[in-house]
Amino acid sequence: MTTHTGDRLVEFAEVLTRYEPVIGLETHVELGTASKMFCGCATTFGAEPNTQTCPVCLGLPGSLPVANAAAVEHTIRIGLALGCRIASWSRFARKNYFYPDIPKGFQTSQYDEPLCTAGHLDVEVDGETYRVEIERVHLEEDTGKNLHVGGATGRIHGADHSLVDFNRAGIPLVEIVTRPIPGAGAKAPEVARAYVTELREIVQALGASDVRMEQGSLRCDVNTSLAPIGSLEWGTRTETKNVNSLRSVERSVRYEMRRQAAVLDAGGRVLQETRHFHEDTGSTSPGRSKEEATDYRYFPEPDLVPLAPDAAWVEKLAADLPELPAARRARLMEEWGLSATEMQWLANAGALGLVSDTVAAGATPGDARKWWLGDLARRANETGVELTDLAVTPAQVAELAALVRDGKINDKLARQVLDGVLAGDGGPDEVMTARGLVVMGESDELVAAVEAAIAGAPDVVEKVRGGKVQALGALVGSVMKATRGKADAATVKRMLEERVIG
Amino acid sequence: MAELTELDAVELRDRLASGELSSVELTRAYLDRIAAEDGAVGAYLHVEGRAALQRAGEIDTARLAGEELGPLAGLPVALKDVFVTEGVPTTSGSKILEGWRPPYDATVAGRLKDAGTVLLGKTNMDEFAMGSSTENSAYRVTRNPWDLARIPGGSSGGSSAAVAGGLAPWALGTDTGGSIRQPAAVTGLVGHKPTYGSVSRYGLIAFSSSLDQAGPMARTVLDAAVLHEAIGGHDPRDSTSIDAPLPPLAECARRGATGDLKGLRVGVVRELGGEGHTDGYEEGVLARVAEAVQLMEGMGAEVREVSCPSFDLALPAYYLIAPSEASSNLARFEGMRFGIRVADDGAHDLDEVMALTREQGFGPEVKRRIILGTYALSAGYYDAYYGQAQKVRTLITRDFTSAFEDVDVLVSPVTPTVAFPLGTRVDDPLAMYAADLCTLPASLAGLPAISVPCGLSEGLPVGLQIMAPALADDRCYSLAAAVEAALDSARGSRFLDQLTTAGGAA
Repeated sequence: MTTHTGDRLVEFAEVLTRYEPVIGLETHVELGTASKMFCGCATTFGAEPNTQTCPVCLGLPGSLPVANAAAVEHTIRIGLALGCRIASWSRFARKNYFYPDIPKGFQTSQYDEPLCTAGHLDVEVDGETYRVEIERVHLEEDTGKNLHVGGATGRIHGADHSLVDFNRAGIPLVEIVTRPIPGAGAKAPEVARAYVTELREIVQALGASDVRMEQGSLRCDVNTSLAPIGSLEWGTRTETKNVNSLRSVERSVRYEMRRQAAVLDAGGRVLQETRHFHEDTGSTSPGRSKEEATDYRYFPEPDLVPLAPDAAWVEKLAADLPELPAARRARLMEEWGLSATEMQWLANAGALGLVSDTVAAGATPGDARKWWLGDLARRANETGVELTDLAVTPAQVAELAALVRDGKINDKLARQVLDGVLAGDGGPDEVMTARGLVVMGESDELVAAVEAAIAGAPDVVEKVRGGKVQALGALVGSVMKATRGKADAATVKRMLEERVIG
Repeated sequence: MAELTELDAVELRDRLASGELSSVELTRAYLDRIAAEDGAVGAYLHVEGRAALQRAGEIDTARLAGEELGPLAGLPVALKDVFVTEGVPTTSGSKILEGWRPPYDATVAGRLKDAGTVLLGKTNMDEFAMGSSTENSAYRVTRNPWDLARIPGGSSGGSSAAVAGGLAPWALGTDTGGSIRQPAAVTGLVGHKPTYGSVSRYGLIAFSSSLDQAGPMARTVLDAAVLHEAIGGHDPRDSTSIDAPLPPLAECARRGATGDLKGLRVGVVRELGGEGHTDGYEEGVLARVAEAVQLMEGMGAEVREVSCPSFDLALPAYYLIAPSEASSNLARFEGMRFGIRVADDGAHDLDEVMALTREQGFGPEVKRRIILGTYALSAGYYDAYYGQAQKVRTLITRDFTSAFEDVDVLVSPVTPTVAFPLGTRVDDPLAMYAADLCTLPASLAGLPAISVPCGLSEGLPVGLQIMAPALADDRCYSLAAAVEAALDSARGSRFLDQLTTAGGAA
């Protein structure tokens, strides 16, 4: 099989009969600090180009950096949450290379003296736990953004000219690097995804970043290699860049496994290179070759003094960490009465917060779970959006559940109310009133409908009176049909019982 | 009566404060002299003519209105072109920055503005402060007012020539390996390199970040101390800035001038011109320094010889560390955001535009050091070069530390020779680098060191270097003031008056 990119691919299941994958992830998280890493500029996303800049983040001659203490604190907290060792002495280093989006001709990063090292993160896939070893967590600055104008692809090739926006330049960036992850076999793509998902949850719980992959505040580089089963050496890895959604993380590993297997099957050699991931096709294409590795000439940044986090302060940060997602999930599973599968599904959908916010807004855990895992999940799936991006708030879901609980609407009406809410017609109460979706009380209309049902089915009435009480259901059904679902089934049943059984 | 432009800055300050002299009058006197003589001297890259007079006028008006003014209100000053000045051309002596008008002020430039000074202009320098003669400037030759055929020192040679030549009452320079002290020495000025971290580097176009330090260049020790006080102190925009108050430098300079050195322990560094280490040193230089040491002894100082064996390694260590940092600091000059851009004609791609801009924008010495530094930082060479040099740096610091257990200050010549003739070392980098032999150790250790004139050799100034422990800049000023006062009193005139009576530059 080949794709439009021309890559030959091996069927996924077949890959695993001959090869063992090793994956690794480098994740960049833009911290949500109010100001940049080395200057006081604002970090608001989506501002007019080059409006959030100053001599420091533009790299003007003479300017000097001053490290953002809040960013250092966030980095240490992330390290602590990942069980890392926090360095008592850490330095920034210059990573030297030329590109228009790095204003100083070097990126201020960390090299051999990172803030955090040697941690781990346990992730669960299909009930099995995989331990991902964390090599290091370090702090650096983001680059500017190049905009290539005039080309068809938005890439530099074919563009008329290029513009640079330095608003992003200097935004604090935490890089979290795993050690190679062997042994996941067929689950490697899912382990990669579960790892990023879990990491995102942790960073979010720490309040360190908004971790919005689509806005680039969480970005992944995914390394994949294959080695023949039983081989003592790992294969040559590729590094897939621009993997900007959880789904893409999984797909990129899957694709690279299939592509590399085809290369190896044909007796070829996997090139050590960076590759680009394409959301539309789920494929990767070659980027820059790493065969002639750039020498970044790292050396300690002389413009910044070393960081020496005080041990007592680090201990306090550790003690003050919030409840982490894994612990929180265990607790909520218990509290909400969820199955492990449901919990994992919610966690993977990034929807735990939605449920807990719904509960906090007054819904029972059962109701919150019912709506989010039921109707809303189905609609999200049908329309191809994330659960978190549906146009309904946890408070509105709680309100909807309350309307049902109070008997003002039934489940069927509630779904129609939800349609209105999702269509942007207002909150549940508003939609209910505006569309007249109120449950019919014991009105003349309902009495008439009940009596008509009794009169129209003497045989059923006979059966019920003869002791077959379950036959009453047919009468309930015809009343509901006559009232076009606006009646409350329980009320109808009671009214029928009063009249038929006496 | 001496011309206005010959007076000490402190004297001018007092006359301005008393209202007996206006800033416009003084500024005009300097501008006139610059117009008349700078063609021959070549001290300035940019002169703030009308803007300076306007600023002077504003200060005079404010003074007449009784407004509160800064301590140096109305006093002209010249800045080495390495300092970023808002709206005023700043080139660091390089073609690559031609035409750049920065959008901000260096901290020290801002502090001088706040103190009320009037900027006369920006002075010439070796490109990116790399050199010891100012001959590496991309723009013009600067001449020594004592002998126009000779170098004014470097890299702050424009500042030294301006102050010695009466084209500015005082000036700021920067010192990475001796770039304040050596030009001060060869032009008969007082020049001080402060403790690393005690004067802000924010807005100083970086050559070597771990070594660069701004400082004063002046006609007298007291002037230098007053200027230092105006620029020094903690700056939150420079992470390497020390958060400690400055010692009272002007006060120390005044007290030092009384000449009582009883109890002061002075160490003469053997490795800097002492026995067995005289190669390359001129006899006249060593003689003047020895006389100054005797003078100190006469004033009550206890003098002893001190050995600092690692100082012999200072030169190679410096020429690895400084170029390494420079290779990275100068990476930002690629024609994308400021300065010149070459070959942006649609026919060249990004890498070519960057490369051609750097090819044409940088001079040969800058390229030499970028290549040297790039090599020293390369994978596989880092440990052998940059890493080793950092170890030598530690050894030098240890030599200082142990020396300062026995003595309060260390002394040596500032530079092995008097001002050499223009053109004689341009093609011999190693000979040029040797001019920094005596100044490099204090630079590598981050210590304060001052150059104070201690006499003439062959009619040219000789400088005495006084080095002190970190943050003890006051010791440099007080001992320098004692030497200056004793020599002035023996001579019956200020050191620089010898230049004016000799006819000077004109």
